[in-house]
Amino acid sequence: MMNWFRTGALLEANGVMGINRRNAEYTLRYNPRDCYPLVDDKTLTKQLAAMAGVAVPELYGVIEIQQQVRGLPQLLAKFQDFVVKPARGSQGDGIIVVTGRSRTLYRTADGSLLNDDDMRFHVSNILSGVYSLGGQTDKALIEYRVNFDPVFEAITYRGVPDVRIIVFLGVPVMAMVRLPTRLSGGKANLHQGAIGTGVDMATGKTLTAVWRTEIVAEHPDTGNPVSGVQIPHWDTLIELAARSYELTGLGYQGIDIVLDRDKGPLILELNARPGLAIQIANQAGLRTRLEIAERELPKLRTVADRVAFARERFAHHGL
Amino acid sequence: MKRVHLYVLAGLLAAIGLGGFFHKLFVLDFPLKPEERTDVWRVEVQLKFEAAGGPAKASLFVPGRTGDLVIVDQSFVSPGYGIVTEPRPGHGMRATYSIRDARGTQAVYYRAVIQPARVRDEVSRAPTPVLEPPEFEGAQRVAAEGVVGAARQRSSDAATLASLIVKWLKEAPRGGEAAFLLGPQPSARRIAAVAVQLIQFAGIPARVVNGIALAPERRDAQFTHWLEFYADGRWRELYINESHRAPPHQLLAWWRGSTPFAEITGGSELHYNISTSRSYELATRTALNQQRALERQLVEFSLFGLPLQSQALFRTLVVIPVGILLLVVLRNIVGVKTFGTFMPVLIALAFRQTGLVWGIAFFCIVVGLGLAVRFYFERLKLLLVPRLAAVVIVVILIIAMLTVLSFKLGLERGLSIGLFPIVIMTMTIERMTVVWEERGPGEALQQGLGSLVVGTMCYLVMNLRIVEHLFFVFPELLLAVLAVTLLIGRYSGYRLTELYRFRVLAP
Repeated sequence: MMNWFRTGALLEANGVMGINRRNAEYTLRYNPRDCYPLVDDKTLTKQLAAMAGVAVPELYGVIEIQQQVRGLPQLLAKFQDFVVKPARGSQGDGIIVVTGRSRTLYRTADGSLLNDDDMRFHVSNILSGVYSLGGQTDKALIEYRVNFDPVFEAITYRGVPDVRIIVFLGVPVMAMVRLPTRLSGGKANLHQGAIGTGVDMATGKTLTAVWRTEIVAEHPDTGNPVSGVQIPHWDTLIELAARSYELTGLGYQGIDIVLDRDKGPLILELNARPGLAIQIANQAGLRTRLEIAERELPKLRTVADRVAFARERFAHHGL
Repeated sequence: MKRVHLYVLAGLLAAIGLGGFFHKLFVLDFPLKPEERTDVWRVEVQLKFEAAGGPAKASLFVPGRTGDLVIVDQSFVSPGYGIVTEPRPGHGMRATYSIRDARGTQAVYYRAVIQPARVRDEVSRAPTPVLEPPEFEGAQRVAAEGVVGAARQRSSDAATLASLIVKWLKEAPRGGEAAFLLGPQPSARRIAAVAVQLIQFAGIPARVVNGIALAPERRDAQFTHWLEFYADGRWRELYINESHRAPPHQLLAWWRGSTPFAEITGGSELHYNISTSRSYELATRTALNQQRALERQLVEFSLFGLPLQSQALFRTLVVIPVGILLLVVLRNIVGVKTFGTFMPVLIALAFRQTGLVWGIAFFCIVVGLGLAVRFYFERLKLLLVPRLAAVVIVVILIIAMLTVLSFKLGLERGLSIGLFPIVIMTMTIERMTVVWEERGPGEALQQGLGSLVVGTMCYLVMNLRIVEHLFFVFPELLLAVLAVTLLIGRYSGYRLTELYRFRVLAP
């Protein structure tokens, strides 16, 4: 019991944020309810990003009603590889990444083969809301499959690695790279066993990595070191993040960016309730940074100001 | 600002709640603890019928003093009706509700407070009954003579003769004389009626007794039947069902003979419903000596003033907030993951009927089998709503099967599985499958177990007799529960599970 109090006090001292505080003092306070649909529905996010001239993975098609499911194979016929995902999915549930074809079958990122019926059933499930928040009916998106930048090739097991940046009132405060593992089934989700590495906000180099609850130096499947990797286009990434506040109006959000070999950084999705595991990956508390940002905010007028501020104040000073 | 507002609101709610509680406790002397032994029973009869328009008259039997039990108070609640009671010798007391003009659905009530008599009423005040030998004809007469003759040979006095006749009727072998007299598939009532005829035939005055078993919180009590015979100057009971003699089954004799319980003229569709409950000390005192006007009014406008059926319902309802508060604490302060927000509380409610061990066993079996079927359905590639519907049907089938199975195995608890929230179970199964497929069996089982543990804890708290008593007698305490819930709504500290999750950040 005493031990718990001690741990609690230590976490408090290190500025670690718990889920209750995130909800009570950040998402409830800074995220207006009417802005949620913009990020909860990925079709809306895409439209919004396109209008603002921000790059997103190209949308091949949207399946909105059951009737359209029948024509799914014809729609997919044009594409060798693509991603099927629910518009309102959460935590990476319900996403199928097709990397290629084997005669009439679709080969997915985790190596299994699906036929047309399997694909139709999966899309039907998405439409009926199996994966959506609160179980509402949903839409299925078919979009461009990202050919991720070779920089992460050595430290990724299948799937697509992405960069998550937490943005508070337009100030990028913390970032991490999420690397899929065999355990995570190719998904870039820390809950499911992906690796998270912290990122130095000043340089965009990866720091220590966390896998489940332990600190790791190498990728468990490929054996390559995960620290000290330079994220390409870091300048663009951090600027995209700083601009995302004006895009959605959400004061506290997470932005997920993928790096495409040919197209550069693409916004994958925005999240109104970003998870807290990023703190473990960075070995740092979010609350300290959020409080600094809140204090200094009146001085930061432009996007460039906010980026410069983040790079200066949230730089990594070594452990 | 917002915080202050919340604290003021919570403080006010808590103050009102606790204020009312302490006032009732110290000034009005409401009991803080439920009585350990409560021997006072409340019985309520609701009589409903469709009046045809014009004069209507409904009559029913009301219980009188019999042996161990005494009616300490009775009331007839029936707006606009005149009430007459008249004794029917040999049967009991009959009350008649009458009205000049009635239309539509009518409901009249009879309530009684019953206590064990201090002195058992041994000597019968009734005059020696007149024997009315039944008229058996032809084959029936031969059979009756056979049974009575055999019983007379094997018995020594009236008591042994009567019990032998009852025993034979109960065990009547197919094709025998007793079975012939009883007819096909005799009910307990039929057995009692035939036994009375045979005992009378043997020259001993006897009659059927209709009564109810007094049980705590019974909403739809059924009449049970036994018989009495007259020997050595008094009536003696003879039970058809031996278990009726055991102490928890206190039997209240209601009326005698085979006259129907209630009758109606000037109306139709007569229904009656009898509920019984064990009364708390409070009810006893107000029923027995209502001297303080204020207290009486308070009681009249509290949950105690409601009809018994609603009281039984509210006894359950008032403990739900306690379970919910516990759930809020477990989710937001401890950080336990469960399926569905309030599912564990609903499970806990079902456990109240089935008992904990059986409840957990049934829950695991239903969810386990349901999951198996759901995984099979996955291969059929059904759309969501029909799939959910199919799982609901399967869950109901599983529950029906388990009920029959456990009943045949002699487990009476099994009869209450039907009370499990079927739709909630189905949603649990569906959510569990999705989590199972997306996050793996470990996560699914962990959340399933979490739900079960939280449900069990809610049950343990909600089932404390003191909790039920406190919140039923002092419903204003719910305001205090509301205040605590509101405060937790702004709790922004760490959850206990987060201390573990973020432990690497606290070197």
